[in-house]
Amino acid sequence: MAATLEKARVSKEGEFVVIDAKGMHYPELNVLIEDVINQGAKKLKLINVNGQRFIADGLRGDYYIEIHGVAGDDLGAFANGPTIVVYGNVQDGAGNTMNAGKIIVHGDGTDIIGHSMRGGKVFVRGHVGYRVGIHMKEYKDQVPVLVIGGTAGDFLGEYMAGGRIIILGLQRLETYPEIVGDWLATGIHGGAIYLRDEVDEDKLGYGAKFEELTEEDLAFLRREIEEFCSYFGGDVDEIMNAKFTKVVPLSHRPFAAMYSDSKEAGH
Amino acid sequence: MVRNFPPDFIVRVDKEACINCLRCVRECPFGVHEYDKEKKKWKRHHEKCVACLRCAYMCPTQAISIEKHPMEYSPHPVWTNKVRKDIKTQAETGSVILTAMGNELPYLNYFDRLVLDACQVTNPSIDPLREPMELRTYIGRKPEKVDLEEDNGVDLKTKIAPNLKLETPIMFAHMSYGSISIEAQLSMARAAKEVGTYMGTGEGGMHVDLYPYADHIITQVASGRFAVHEEYLKRGAAIEIKIGQGAKPGIGGHLPGTKVTAEISQTRMIPEGSDAISPAPHHDIYSIEDLSRLIYALKEATRYKKPVFVKIAAVHNVAPIAVGIIRAGADAVVLDGFRGGTGAAPQVHRDHHGIPIEVAIASVDQRLREEGIRHWGSIIASGGIRSSADVAKAIALGADAVYIGTAALVALGCTVCKKCYTGKCPWGIATQVPELRKRLNPDEGARRAANLLKAWSHELKEILGALGLNSIESLRGNRDRLRGVGLSDVDLEVLGVKPAGR
Repeated sequence: MAATLEKARVSKEGEFVVIDAKGMHYPELNVLIEDVINQGAKKLKLINVNGQRFIADGLRGDYYIEIHGVAGDDLGAFANGPTIVVYGNVQDGAGNTMNAGKIIVHGDGTDIIGHSMRGGKVFVRGHVGYRVGIHMKEYKDQVPVLVIGGTAGDFLGEYMAGGRIIILGLQRLETYPEIVGDWLATGIHGGAIYLRDEVDEDKLGYGAKFEELTEEDLAFLRREIEEFCSYFGGDVDEIMNAKFTKVVPLSHRPFAAMYSDSKEAGH
Repeated sequence: MVRNFPPDFIVRVDKEACINCLRCVRECPFGVHEYDKEKKKWKRHHEKCVACLRCAYMCPTQAISIEKHPMEYSPHPVWTNKVRKDIKTQAETGSVILTAMGNELPYLNYFDRLVLDACQVTNPSIDPLREPMELRTYIGRKPEKVDLEEDNGVDLKTKIAPNLKLETPIMFAHMSYGSISIEAQLSMARAAKEVGTYMGTGEGGMHVDLYPYADHIITQVASGRFAVHEEYLKRGAAIEIKIGQGAKPGIGGHLPGTKVTAEISQTRMIPEGSDAISPAPHHDIYSIEDLSRLIYALKEATRYKKPVFVKIAAVHNVAPIAVGIIRAGADAVVLDGFRGGTGAAPQVHRDHHGIPIEVAIASVDQRLREEGIRHWGSIIASGGIRSSADVAKAIALGADAVYIGTAALVALGCTVCKKCYTGKCPWGIATQVPELRKRLNPDEGARRAANLLKAWSHELKEILGALGLNSIESLRGNRDRLRGVGLSDVDLEVLGVKPAGR
């Protein structure tokens, strides 16, 4: 609907198709993105983005999307393959239930980043909010990875069923200098969380425990940190040269002994 | 300590008729029948019997009958046998009692206290065998008004939101692959396609065998987000966000790892053998605004081509909750009453949480009308719909369509033995065991499920005819065609129904 009306917003810049999102409501912007993609664009640059929601939701394919500004809620939700680079902050739910692809955020993220992610990677240079990585899962060779340069709030990795979360804590908040909030990994039953700091046991939620890092863990961390530094800069060795804490589930079957019935009780 | 726990049932075998063929041993998944070949002696483990009647019907000489066990505790109106057995079970195990199917407590069933009107003398009834009778139902948002363009002929100018077209106002409820077998799902999918209605996937994903019927399948997005994937969302006919379930309002679900087999793991997209935990809330939904965000995330991901439903358990404040859901952008609200079935639920939740579907329909329909937004979304009712009469009453109270779960399974052979959660369904429905699954032939299942829909649809037409109506649309929310029998003034007020005789 918007395609002809909004032609003035679309321009070419090398191999990029540029869309000026200034003042647009999200449904129109997303229709315009759809139109541009249907016309063959593989690389998109969205400028003047200011909180528009649902960008690249459910998008399948190896598109490359640059976002200049603040991406709104559920950026790349259900996405299946695209690479999204945000020069700015992202709001709630970036990477929500994402199946494959990459989201690289040069600013901060708010709550529920990477909620229920099944595959792909999310890199955030700065801090993230509450309930990040809740119910992340994995399936076969799909192991989602979430790397946060700053700190994370409460309920990080709650109900986590798979995947990997790395919190580097390279920047700290003045008001809450700790690397992570409370209720860390409550109900975790799969996957692992790595925090680049000592973490007080009081922060652990029900069903979570600490575990020593193995050589494999360190090799994995190095790979992910190398990728992190390739986007945001930083010295890999310097970042690696710190105490990491690893959080894993107590059990993959936390509810195994919760139920009974008269027949199974042996009556 | 002596375990003084009388069995629920007793297996009686006519020894003259029994030919020792051991068929019963092979048929019973619970291990009730045992034969010692050396001693040539039978042992029947009565305490394991669930009265599914499988052995009785498979016995070639009809030698077996199952009866309620005559031994009971001394009668007491408060300390019933069930109460005493539950306490002893929990004393033994220290754990939550698990059960299946719908609420078992004898609450008032409003459907059984409501009667339908019929035409006599002054307003003639209609014979549906001679005159067309419309059951077609559209589920989804309806426009405020319709603008037409009349240049060459007449064209619709108003953009209509996506709606599901149902040839009968009855759909198969969401029962996941994992809770039931693929044969059971296939039976319903084929029946839905044949009759022109829909079935739900539940939170188990869509097995590839269901792809040919995907245009008659509603996919589900629940709190575990299992199987939720852009292709899955785009493949189905509509999407349902599951917030709650009538059989277990307010709690999540745990599919035990022992049931996450290779095939189940594939459709749910989770590792084999791992507990599949659906949290009680969606952790990206803590408010109506958050719900709206998920609704529109799903609409955006599917480019506004699929209606999005939101399912909730019918609870105390169901009317304002449903209004919030419709205002949040849902194309339909699904109300699941407290008699709704389940494959597994803690007994305490199944029997004590939620409200009856009849009052939920009436109060939601009423509130949406009062707010002038009844056309924004449809009402789908479920939870204890047992017959075409229940369907007609639900629609007269204000529902657009109903979901049937237990009734559909009974059509496939289920005897409601309430052991779905064991995964050992003797009738091949709620099981993944290959030998048990063979007991349900999807061709036969599809025929029976379709027959049930056809029979109920036929009866619905007859009911409409008797009411002097020629379309289901005229019955929708038409509570004047209902009367209450033996209901209190308050019940009648909530239902918006007059007492019989007025």
